[in-house]
Amino acid sequence: MTARGADGRLPWWATAILMPVLNVAVALALSALVILLIGEDPVGALGTMVVGAFGSGTGIGYTLYYATSLIFTGLAVAIAFHGGLFNIGAEGQAYIGGLGVGLACLALGGWPWWLALPVTVLAAMAFGGFWGLVPGWLQAYRGSHVVITTIMFNFIASALMVYLLVNWLIRPGQMSPESREIDPSLFLPKADEMLGALGLEVANSPLNLSFLLALLACVAVWLYVWHTRPGFALRTVGANEDAARYAGIDPKHVIIITMALSGGLAGLLGVNEIQGVQHRLLLNFPAGLGFTGIAVALMGRGHPAGIVPAAILFGALYQGGAELAFEYQTISPELVIVIQGVVILFAGALEHLFRPALLALFARRGKTKPVEA
Amino acid sequence: MTTLPLAAAQASPAPFAVELVDIDKRFGPVHANRAVTLRFAPGTIHGLVGENGAGKSTLMSILYGFYQADSGEIRVRGEPARISTPQDAIRLGIGMVHQHFMLVETFTVLENLLLGHEEGPLLGAAKARARGEVEALEKAFGLEVPLDAVVSDLPVGVQQRVEILKALYRGADVLILDEPTAVLSPPEVEQLFRILDRLRAEGRTILLITHKLKEIMAVTDRVSVLRQGAVVAEFDTAQTSQQAIADAMVGKKAVLTLDKAPATPGAPLLSVQGLTVVDGRGVETLSDATFQVRAGEVVGIAGVAGNGQSELLQALAGMLPFNAGRFTLAGTEVAAGSGYDAAKARALGVAHVPEDRLRLAVVKAFPAYQNAVLGWQGDKALGGWKLDWRKVMLKTAELMERFDVRPRAPSLRTSLFSGGNQQKLVMAREIDRNPDVLLVGQPTRGVDIGAIAFIHRQLLALRDAGKAILLVSAELDEIMALSDRILVMCGGRIVGELPAAEATEQRIGSMMAGIAEEPAGEGIRA
Repeated sequence: MTARGADGRLPWWATAILMPVLNVAVALALSALVILLIGEDPVGALGTMVVGAFGSGTGIGYTLYYATSLIFTGLAVAIAFHGGLFNIGAEGQAYIGGLGVGLACLALGGWPWWLALPVTVLAAMAFGGFWGLVPGWLQAYRGSHVVITTIMFNFIASALMVYLLVNWLIRPGQMSPESREIDPSLFLPKADEMLGALGLEVANSPLNLSFLLALLACVAVWLYVWHTRPGFALRTVGANEDAARYAGIDPKHVIIITMALSGGLAGLLGVNEIQGVQHRLLLNFPAGLGFTGIAVALMGRGHPAGIVPAAILFGALYQGGAELAFEYQTISPELVIVIQGVVILFAGALEHLFRPALLALFARRGKTKPVEA
Repeated sequence: MTTLPLAAAQASPAPFAVELVDIDKRFGPVHANRAVTLRFAPGTIHGLVGENGAGKSTLMSILYGFYQADSGEIRVRGEPARISTPQDAIRLGIGMVHQHFMLVETFTVLENLLLGHEEGPLLGAAKARARGEVEALEKAFGLEVPLDAVVSDLPVGVQQRVEILKALYRGADVLILDEPTAVLSPPEVEQLFRILDRLRAEGRTILLITHKLKEIMAVTDRVSVLRQGAVVAEFDTAQTSQQAIADAMVGKKAVLTLDKAPATPGAPLLSVQGLTVVDGRGVETLSDATFQVRAGEVVGIAGVAGNGQSELLQALAGMLPFNAGRFTLAGTEVAAGSGYDAAKARALGVAHVPEDRLRLAVVKAFPAYQNAVLGWQGDKALGGWKLDWRKVMLKTAELMERFDVRPRAPSLRTSLFSGGNQQKLVMAREIDRNPDVLLVGQPTRGVDIGAIAFIHRQLLALRDAGKAILLVSAELDEIMALSDRILVMCGGRIVGELPAAEATEQRIGSMMAGIAEEPAGEGIRA
């Protein structure tokens, strides 16, 4: 915390709701300015984004499909954060987690999806978890900072996947480095199929059962971090390592376990992408969602209840942005990435931008009540 | 023309190098310096002693521009000076060597000396000139430092010489040394003292803050004793004794009265044999500690801070690995290198109220109820795989009632409680576990008077319930009021033992100062 943090306190809603809303609003205003500069109508463009993300069944489906992956990576970053660890490696952990899912699916052949799902989930967590555990071990026992090692592990993951796909997993006689398709019996049911079975007609989209898995992961993370002993140890190490040692908690163990869990959560992205949508192993399927997970975790304040809406917001930015590039000739996909980047910048990196101003405002209005006895 | 000012100078006595006049400083409710007036003559070494929190460091920080005095005046060479930043102090020829060095570890010595005097973007010329000047300084004062060595490669003693050289290079006439020997090995201390002698001979003024009276006697010309922010005594070193200084340091304080029943000690619950701790520098911070604490007694450890008490407490609590010796807890022997840690200590019936409450005993960001189980989170009574926070909350409310923690708000963030109430919460948590052995460090540091009496009563109640208590405190009154036996530590060793009834502040004080008053070995190993 900053020096200011101890005395200046804001009501919970100002921190949890007002500040994120302000950040997003400023980010959108800045994006509008960019759109205005290239001679387009910002209001119309914003409308296109909102309609693109939420205006149709397909749009909503895509938004939630992106949100699914972002919930996994957001939870991954958040759980590490509670342990005082900044895991930049969700991208690589998700990549390797997906490798686990792909290999499991290729091995399991014609199993029904519901029987295979526990295996693929375990494979995703084991592979992703291993990719987090190694940097965790290096930090605990060798003092190599996880920020550095996890970034490096992203590159290693990327190179490893290219090697495996080009040399081993590629479907024979094919040019693009992709594995063969997994057995259709393993495909996770899509949202339209599931709801269709219940008699609800919804549009076709990549949204699949993984979304429910993501919500389940939220509950599990919430229980783990705030209601179990290992979670208590995790938060103690994150807040005060000396106090943890005093309490008989070994920070080294906690760091390793936490990084493994964090990697495991990121790895679950592979269930959504590989078993849910792509149905084969291919290059670069995490597509930056691991990095965006950092912004999701920050905006969601590390709590599942905040991570879900933050993930949906960023999912909407991905989907609405794609729609925007499609509708407006002058707005290139690169510009959409600029807009997404601006939002990430304000919601993630500059999350406390308005804190001093809000503190001053609340102090002047005498709203920061003294702590009642 | 020139005779006039000369005559004026001869008329008045030689001005002091530095004068502090009526310096007063408060930090909130703490009165750190009370109307302190000190004068330092040029070409002398002036010692500044006092217990922890007596205000020595605050005073020197005011002189060096880290803090501003609330009132009072600083004069340098007779001229009133305004020192609002360390830069002002340096300009006036005041340099400081901090206890924790302010060096860039990855730079060479020369680069560190040059820092802040680069004079332009290219370093070549400045470096060459600095090298010449520094070498001259080295020769003048007998400071041998390899200029091109990287600081992190140098031993601590040499790093300290770099700090001294840095101050001199910046033109320091007056050098403040804050506990310079705390990090040094004995030969390094010898070397430092030779350098200080040399500096004095060259007319520099040295202010030496220290806990160690032996050093005061060895190098200083004058010594000032601070107690509770005020100067209580000044001596010419040649005409005083360690005993007199120790008496002044300890002083006569209001004696706390406690209704204390005589102890009825039973079997030993903690037996320590030859416990030794060696720190990272290879210095024995705790040497061969041997003693017992029996059921139903309080054993107090007295000593000037930094003489091994903290290491003893931490080693027994499993916070610090020890290098030799062993101890027995509840019939279980713990030897060096056996992987003893805080969790194992608790399993053997040890509870621990650490000296450094804010750093160790609580997580400030947690609500109070979560701190009320810190260290005991493994207790099966608190729920299965899921911690039963509701139960913990009820338990915390009960503890707060019993130990009078205010406000009685289990879910309030711990940092919002006052220091005294945090301490009561920690005390409640540890005593409530009904430990066989309670290790207590500084139980009432930063705690107000009312809470002090309360905490003392709780400790005595635990004693009367047949538990063993080992107490470390910087407050001699507290040690004397609570203990049934008093062990005195100096230089990492237990140098004496006194039954409470025979303890006087003067006797303890001289033992603390390392003055052998009587053959002290007998009682210890009993």
